[in-house]
Amino acid sequence: MTTLSVPASRPHTPRLLKSRAAGKLLLLALVTAVLLPLLHGGSWPHHLTVSLDKPLTSASNWVIDNRDSHPLFLYFFGYISNAVVLSVRAVYLTLLAAGWTGVTVFAALVAWRVAGVRLAAGTALAFLACGALGMWVPTMQTLALMVVAVLASVLTGALLGLAAGLSDRLDRALRPVLDTMQVLPAFAYLLPVVLVFGIGVPAAVLATVVYAAPPMARLTALGLRGADPEVLEAVESLGATRRQRLLTARIPLARGELLLGLNQTIMMALSMAVIASVIGAGGLGDRVYQALASVDVGQALAAGIPIVLLAIVLDRVTGAAGAADDTGSRTIGWPYALAVTAAVALATRLLHGLNWPTGFSLGIAAPVNRAVDWMTAHLYSGVPVVGGTADWAGHFTTWILDPLRGGLQWLPWWSVLLIVAALAWLIGTWATALTAVLAMAAIGVLGVWDPALDTLSQVLAAVAVTLVLGFATGIAAARSDRVERVLRPVLDVFQTMPQFVYLIPVVALFGVGRAPAVAAAVVYALPAVVRITAQGLRQVDPAALESARSLGATGRQQLWQVQLPLARRSLLLALNQGVVLVLAVVIIGGLVGGGALGYNVAFGLAQGDLATGLVAGAAIVCLGLMLDRVTQPTERRTKKGA
Amino acid sequence: MRRRTTTALVGSLVLLTATGCGAADMTKQASPFANAGGAKSVTLSVQSWVGAQSNVAVAQYLLEHELGYRVDTVQVDEVPAWDALSQGRVDAILEDWGHPDQEKRYVEDKKTIARAGDLGVTGHIGWFVPTYLAQQHPDITDWKNLNKYAGLFRTAESGGKGQLMDGSPSYVTNDKALVANLKLNYQVVFAGSEAAQITQMKQFAKEKKPFLTYWYAPQWLFKKVPMTEVKLPPYKDGCDADAAKVACSYPHTPLQKYLNAGFARSGGKAAAFLKKFRWTTEDQNEVSLMIADQKLSPEDAAKKWVDSHPQVWKKWLP
Repeated sequence: MTTLSVPASRPHTPRLLKSRAAGKLLLLALVTAVLLPLLHGGSWPHHLTVSLDKPLTSASNWVIDNRDSHPLFLYFFGYISNAVVLSVRAVYLTLLAAGWTGVTVFAALVAWRVAGVRLAAGTALAFLACGALGMWVPTMQTLALMVVAVLASVLTGALLGLAAGLSDRLDRALRPVLDTMQVLPAFAYLLPVVLVFGIGVPAAVLATVVYAAPPMARLTALGLRGADPEVLEAVESLGATRRQRLLTARIPLARGELLLGLNQTIMMALSMAVIASVIGAGGLGDRVYQALASVDVGQALAAGIPIVLLAIVLDRVTGAAGAADDTGSRTIGWPYALAVTAAVALATRLLHGLNWPTGFSLGIAAPVNRAVDWMTAHLYSGVPVVGGTADWAGHFTTWILDPLRGGLQWLPWWSVLLIVAALAWLIGTWATALTAVLAMAAIGVLGVWDPALDTLSQVLAAVAVTLVLGFATGIAAARSDRVERVLRPVLDVFQTMPQFVYLIPVVALFGVGRAPAVAAAVVYALPAVVRITAQGLRQVDPAALESARSLGATGRQQLWQVQLPLARRSLLLALNQGVVLVLAVVIIGGLVGGGALGYNVAFGLAQGDLATGLVAGAAIVCLGLMLDRVTQPTERRTKKGA
Repeated sequence: MRRRTTTALVGSLVLLTATGCGAADMTKQASPFANAGGAKSVTLSVQSWVGAQSNVAVAQYLLEHELGYRVDTVQVDEVPAWDALSQGRVDAILEDWGHPDQEKRYVEDKKTIARAGDLGVTGHIGWFVPTYLAQQHPDITDWKNLNKYAGLFRTAESGGKGQLMDGSPSYVTNDKALVANLKLNYQVVFAGSEAAQITQMKQFAKEKKPFLTYWYAPQWLFKKVPMTEVKLPPYKDGCDADAAKVACSYPHTPLQKYLNAGFARSGGKAAAFLKKFRWTTEDQNEVSLMIADQKLSPEDAAKKWVDSHPQVWKKWLP
């Protein structure tokens, strides 16, 4: 992933901070003391809930009954749906017509054009590997879906970003919307899209746009706002109109940000491609999902690897395009690239046919499955001294998850709100505290207080484990170049591997329940935490370290007294990212026995039950919002996935 | 400037509606991947259990190799699959376990889905314990004795009660109501997916641990982990009508096939073939076992079965 810049330090005076913190807490305590006689303990009071079952069920029935006849569908959603289907189909047919050689050659030429020879070779190899794994057609389906989804996201994001970049008022209005879109776990809002568009590609593309457009919007706005004022003034003095100024100066100056936005959008769209398989998106995601249904980890991996390869290739190529300046690496022209592609495609058509030759394939499924079987046979139970993974999972559930859930559900509801308010206020402003409290209260009003706290307990446990492991690994990576070099490809793979691939191995190791959900979440969130931690520590001002060293500080003292305090903001960002990513997977954990809100969303999707699914989805969104605000460093980050 | 844009926008919208590119029909929404490259194609929905994969694998193999179609498969849960079928995003469901609401809505009222006859397999849902456990405690197979054994089935997830493991949220189940209405000291724990449930059952069986699970036949897993059904109060017609008051076992359901109505009329040989597709529980299990246990790809498993049972499938060809 491209570099994430985190300001290294912020001047502050601890004593002032402490007294302000104390003041905030005192105020909260005072408010509570006044309100206390009015409150009573226990779970969220029933009379403060609103049941949405009836209206949601009737809304869902209305949509299904009117989908074939109502003008809203015939003349609006129907067009959108048709447009998506037609464009995905057009891209897919083009890819098929180019054949495997045509697509590979074209991709390599594009990579060569924008990013040099090494990446071109890598790109070609990646595409050939997709074919060799027997995944050529699904890869093309995913690619077709991605092209359309990314174009739509980029267009939407750029328009929003343009608006926010040019108008301060729109910027203020859009910011909370984009913030919210970025903390929503995608799994939570699949259901409403499905209801309107039905299972399949249009729903998948639209869900992807919601998920992937915000980084583009944010970075576009950032780029436009960041344009050098002197250049703008110069352009203005030449008598350029508003529009000319925008097109000739501001947009070209924002090129770096725009390309970074494209890069982020592509990464997020790819990660969505798999989640969207739950609503019938087809392609590689569907292969992963089908393989999991027959408990075939090897086959799931065979479909997951092309996704990882696509992600790495697209990331590197768009990243290189963003980094390259205009004069470098002009190797071949576009017409030439197209002509070569057409020639190669024609030649293959005449020689062999366009389908991937069935002879060239790698069977990785069998050895992978043997490895998984060995692991589960030997690690699940009965390992001397340390006990098997099943015992660990049992202990983890009984000693950590159960008390945590019990404790949270035992706490009086108002005290939970109070804790949320205190945490959010201490780390942010009164506005973030208010958002967090309102989000938490909304969960209670929706009537899913208990399952939400169950989910919360899983998130807290997973985040704690992730932070311990992530900070330790991050510190190691920051202190040794060799460790970082070894870690980098591993992190790349874990970060881009679809979450679903983890689900079955964790069941095989930890059994059914909340423990495997937590384990999958830890694996998924760890890379981002490690990355941000390592980067934050490395960016600590060398002068500060130097002076500490000259004062004779030991390595441990340097770490604890200089590096960690100075990297505080990065560490907070790592925490925030960890929380958001963990929540996304803990919910999917509903598919392996995690229960709580995730199960309700899965149930809603599977049974077409809008009342259960949407309420749980909304609660997850609120939970995400609350967790984000409670852990949010004062300055906004620019993206979700890192 | 701003007004001009708005006018242009409204103008083009009006134009678009007035010139009437016509209504977009939400009942004719084929998958964008269908019929690619001039090939005739069929889109089949696959449900998450392995039996459904076997039906689809064999149908796909024969459609491709005997009838020259190209087959796309999409994994969809049961209820959304009905929705997808009515919109034409998939052409067929080959194994339906009974969804009366959906049948009424789509087959009878809207007529966007057509019946395509029996699959030939009869499905049954029930509660099962592994046979090694039933041999140790012969009386465990009656629901009246289940409370006595609740302690045996306790796990970290079941909170002091016995654990009754349920499967995917997409499955037809009354288990929560059953546990409450039969006053059983059990906690229903949802594995969340069939894959998770099978993985867990295999782990339990390897160590000969006791477990109680929602499960169903036909299922290939019975060959690997022999299980005995627990007797619940007998099923009578309509005893499961009120979801909150259910206190009886599950029915035996002859599994059904359904086609998109348009496809059933004009789907040519493919539609005719899918209507005739009909095999036995043993046939299905044979393919399922190859897919799920021997880890053959669905295509290889289908090929093996097709090569060895020509007398069965020759009758399906139109």
